[in-house]
Amino acid sequence: MKAAVIVFPGSNCDRDCAVAVERSTGAHVEMVWHGDNGLPAGLDLIVLPGGFSYGDYLRCGAMAALSPIMAEVKAAAQRGVATVGICNGFQILCEAQMLPGALLRNEKLKYVCKTVELEVTNAQTRFTAGYAGRRQVAMTVGNGEGNFFAEPAELDRLEGEGQVVFRYLDNPNGSARGIAGIINATGNVLGLMPHPDRAFEAELGSADGAILFQSALASA
Amino acid sequence: MRAKVHVFLKPGVLDVQGKAVEQALHGLGWPSVDHVRVGRTIEFDLKAADPAAAEAEVKAMCEKLLANTVIESYRVEVA
Repeated sequence: MKAAVIVFPGSNCDRDCAVAVERSTGAHVEMVWHGDNGLPAGLDLIVLPGGFSYGDYLRCGAMAALSPIMAEVKAAAQRGVATVGICNGFQILCEAQMLPGALLRNEKLKYVCKTVELEVTNAQTRFTAGYAGRRQVAMTVGNGEGNFFAEPAELDRLEGEGQVVFRYLDNPNGSARGIAGIINATGNVLGLMPHPDRAFEAELGSADGAILFQSALASA
Repeated sequence: MRAKVHVFLKPGVLDVQGKAVEQALHGLGWPSVDHVRVGRTIEFDLKAADPAAAEAEVKAMCEKLLANTVIESYRVEVA
């Protein structure tokens, strides 16, 4: 099993993601610099980590979405490689138009950093199969722009097609319909604001995040 | 030529920053202030054959980078 964590200037959860994936799955993890023009061969999982890529200049994730490596990430995702964006990584996936919608300023203008309870609204994705039978999980959020937005028709479509994967039980940032994570139509690109990388062993307060990485690599 | 791009959240998108500024202005004694929107202006020089060509270029830049049209609208001035 092989995974890559993309490192953008300003990423700050890249090491956390690498350790989380290694310890929860045993996969070999390579760090890939955003300016690189190629991904390692034979990848089973790509992780876009949290942080403040490019200092959140212009809009969160806007500059990172145009990094050279993102053309490779898009091509790999189109080939079916499992790709997950966490927090800033989710913002990057939206800016890169690999996922619909956008992340706005939190409703209360406040940076929210706490453990949240999530409902797994779709446990039939390749990232969430391990949550089957466990409808509620705990992870940590840490964001100032985590307020998911999409037009009502798009929200209806996402809900109708099972693309809403995680929902907050107690919405911390004003996200439309309490959405915490969504998946693309082909089921191999996931974006979520909560951090599975900060919840991969009991010592961190929750080990629920490990299940996400294990599920993603279970078919590898 | 000099381009000015004004980017704002679309009318239907809640501008929480605008709301906070509005409340602060009310507190400072301007109670009639309403519908505050906070946006950004991006200015730059560019070379183009004429203003129409410049405007077309700048609009393409807005679509690709300067605005996220899922949530933002933009207005271009070229002089």
